[in-house]
Amino acid sequence: MKLFESELKVINIGLESFRQGLSDAGVKSVQAQFKPPLSGEAALFSMAAEYSARIGKANAKALGKILGAKPALTGMGIALDVIPGMKKDLILHAGPPVTWTRMCGPMRGGIMAALMYEGLAKSPEEAEKLAASGKIKYEPCHEHGAVGPMAGIISASMPVFIVKNEAAGNFAYATQNEGLGKVLRYGAYSPEVIERLKWMETALYPTLKAALEFLGKVDLKGIVAQALHMGDEVHNRNRAGTSLFYRAIAPAVIRTARDTETAAKVLEFINGNDHFFLNLSMALSKVSLDAGRGVKDSSLVIVMARNGTDFGVQLSGTGGKWFTGPAPVPDALYFPGYSKADANPDIGDSAITETNGLGGFAIAAAPAIVQFVGGTAADAVSYTLAMYEITAGENNIYKIPYLNFRGTPTGIDVIKVAKSGILPFIDTGVAHKKAGIGQVGAGVLSAPPEPFVKAFEYFARNLK
Amino acid sequence: MIKTIIKKGAYFDSVSLMQVAKKLNAISGVIDSAVVMATRENKGIIRASGLLTPEILKAGDSDLAIAVSAKTPAAANDAFAAAEELLNKRPSQSAGGAERKAAGLADAVRTLDGANLAVISVAGRFAGALAAECLEKDLNVMLFSDNVPLETEIELKKTAIKKGLLMMGPDCGTAIINGAPIAFANSVRRGNIGVVSAAGTGLQEVTTLISNEGAGISQAIGTGGRDVKLEVGAMGLIQALEMLEADPATEVLLIVSKPPHPEVLKKIIAGIKKTKKPVVAVLLGGGIKEKIREGFYPAKTLEEAAYKAVCLGKGWKLLKAKEIIYDMNLKAEELAKREAVKKDRSRCLRGLFSGGTFVSESQVILKGLIGNLRSNAPLDKKWKLKNSLQLSGHAVIDLGEDEFTVGRPHPMIDFSLRNKMIISEAKKPEVSVLLLDVVLGYGSNLKPLEDIVPAITEAFLRNPELSVVASVTGTEADPQVRSKVVKGLETAGVIVMPSNAGACRLAGEIIRLAAKR
Repeated sequence: MKLFESELKVINIGLESFRQGLSDAGVKSVQAQFKPPLSGEAALFSMAAEYSARIGKANAKALGKILGAKPALTGMGIALDVIPGMKKDLILHAGPPVTWTRMCGPMRGGIMAALMYEGLAKSPEEAEKLAASGKIKYEPCHEHGAVGPMAGIISASMPVFIVKNEAAGNFAYATQNEGLGKVLRYGAYSPEVIERLKWMETALYPTLKAALEFLGKVDLKGIVAQALHMGDEVHNRNRAGTSLFYRAIAPAVIRTARDTETAAKVLEFINGNDHFFLNLSMALSKVSLDAGRGVKDSSLVIVMARNGTDFGVQLSGTGGKWFTGPAPVPDALYFPGYSKADANPDIGDSAITETNGLGGFAIAAAPAIVQFVGGTAADAVSYTLAMYEITAGENNIYKIPYLNFRGTPTGIDVIKVAKSGILPFIDTGVAHKKAGIGQVGAGVLSAPPEPFVKAFEYFARNLK
Repeated sequence: MIKTIIKKGAYFDSVSLMQVAKKLNAISGVIDSAVVMATRENKGIIRASGLLTPEILKAGDSDLAIAVSAKTPAAANDAFAAAEELLNKRPSQSAGGAERKAAGLADAVRTLDGANLAVISVAGRFAGALAAECLEKDLNVMLFSDNVPLETEIELKKTAIKKGLLMMGPDCGTAIINGAPIAFANSVRRGNIGVVSAAGTGLQEVTTLISNEGAGISQAIGTGGRDVKLEVGAMGLIQALEMLEADPATEVLLIVSKPPHPEVLKKIIAGIKKTKKPVVAVLLGGGIKEKIREGFYPAKTLEEAAYKAVCLGKGWKLLKAKEIIYDMNLKAEELAKREAVKKDRSRCLRGLFSGGTFVSESQVILKGLIGNLRSNAPLDKKWKLKNSLQLSGHAVIDLGEDEFTVGRPHPMIDFSLRNKMIISEAKKPEVSVLLLDVVLGYGSNLKPLEDIVPAITEAFLRNPELSVVASVTGTEADPQVRSKVVKGLETAGVIVMPSNAGACRLAGEIIRLAAKR
């Protein structure tokens, strides 16, 4: 018998005191944490087990497409012209579908800013009235191949990045990042917010567009792979990604800008905004994950997104169906003068980065921001290692130096989430719950269980 | 009041600074604080909180600004002192330093290269699925948890047998694998005796008796008590026998169980017939009457089984086992006479056990000495106590039964319920002998004397004619150290015997002799 002839090595799950006898006897052991499954429906777990071969195959196929994606920034355009299904009276927002009545403060504020930016309203009062009138339609960015951080507002005349998956040919879209402070994506709508958006439309956009036309494209996958080696997880930290993008684009900006002053302003703007790359890392994630969509019997999570009211999840194998539950308030560090009482529930499409094996899933690559996760590098490593428990595979390109260049945990499997009770770990910014104030902190959170329970149960029930 | 400090050219990352501010705000008397690099953006942010003092306005990008709004100057100074300390604090732990818990099974398998046994003690309703996953990952399993459905047990054991893995339990409290005590187990010598047990305390008793007699254990495999039920058909027991038969380090096989279902007994006999090594078997209250094969040695008690295995393991004559017991009995008779003298007439024996197997063994032994005993776990249903807390006549109680353990730790860990019963039984005029077990080893109470001696002292105060007889299951290598516990109990007035069987015989003998007076 092999056991009797090998060195005994024990995995202890449950009472930790049992390890004492082992260590006194010189036996190596490890304590494995245990959480109860999220779903109490044992029959559904049996169902998933029965079909595990088929699900495994489907997941491998979906993951193959996600890992095989070649996202590149290929151009820019105006939302109305390039985003499929975009209309003048349509506003795209972050997260799963939500009505004006149920929208949180920062999302309402963002929409008001967008209506004023579009010239459809002259004052916040007018904007609010119009927004509630029923004349404006609201749809999730995700249903239009787009993603947006925080409120995630995209209106018809906003310029957007066009990111192409050169492997599968699909596209994703995201706006240009506005920077920190009082910004639309955090629900601010004061004149300075609109002014900045106008500058981004009239100066930043044409300059970058021309530079991109000059370059042809910028390979985003390579930038993210390098950024992970430089301390980014490309969600809450984008300093390296932004710098690398800056290096890629700067010469072309100088060559193609209408004048030196514009070129300098554009480069200063990118340089001054550590999160400039965030919208690109989100679009890169979106275009990769969309490639893994629609694989029958695949239990992989293709979307995690929040609208500040609900947290929504979509699976590869369940079409465009959203599974939602209330969005939690993040555990955060707050700016001076603010506290958890000011915080809005979690908001934004940026959890697409975690869905793609980045952000919180790659936090072990970002020691500079470990204060968000308890203060030590070991905490960050623990979070990343936990995510391998719920993912179908490891990334082939995005790798973590500290883990000996192990690929990041990629391809969240909703069955594993439901079974292990381990919830996806997400880095996030925190918006003030009132419209018009903006960002009040940053932090982390575990995704809420409800959307995953619903998604798992629906998926397992419909296996046949 | 708002106070400000500017530290020129002191760079800190914003997240660390937010962390500091969070802690400053928790200081009593501090209303709000800002700890920021004095950049233009940050000045804008803190303007809203009213903390943008003229000093900060003047400070530049590379200056650290600390502003505190406090109720008193003292509180502000406390905050500044705290900020200084927090900013200069060095991290206590490097990334790789502390031992990390694995996030789950997959992580654990990756973390501990070559892991080959999973010990599972999570709530029963989750334990079955977890055990199945472990088997799937080619891990042997010891399933400590109880309340696992019978069908799950059967399924798990079938899977394990198919894969050639060991599946101990569910409800397997003890095992010794490759010399290491698992869960409730003792630190015993290694040797050539391989034990298979469907009775937890039975396994602890035989392995410690064997070790204390100078022999040793190759492996001790628990199966969980339900293994010998009709539905399971001793799958685990027979598989373990096969493994031990194949194990070159095992030269003697020892089987311990409560009486199996008759159909199951047939299977066990068939299993024994397939082995070639000497087999000792104790099926408490049941037993194998037929002569199965050469080299098969039935035993009536755990003690007899243990000593027979020692003789076989050491190559001694089997008679030596009887001699060990006989010598013990000689001493016991002396002690019994001494104790019987204290009593003016025969009264009742009450056995309060933490180990379930001992309750069975005590009935096997005492029936012949003093007649039938009532119990909450009787060998013969006729003698079932109606109420486990209202004892009458001679009675033995298993405090590890579910009725006592719901919502409280096992009586081997938590003595409080038994302590209460020691005192309440001693107070009863009809009680003259208390029979106890103290089970040492890993998992059990680490300070048994501290917990039990006060109750025994009080029992003697309440009943001067009382005799208290006990066995201490354990070894010198156990964390509690057997000799220390024995000495402590003896000092308290307890008569300690080397085995539970010995303690039962002595307790019975005291009752018997007292009746003769």
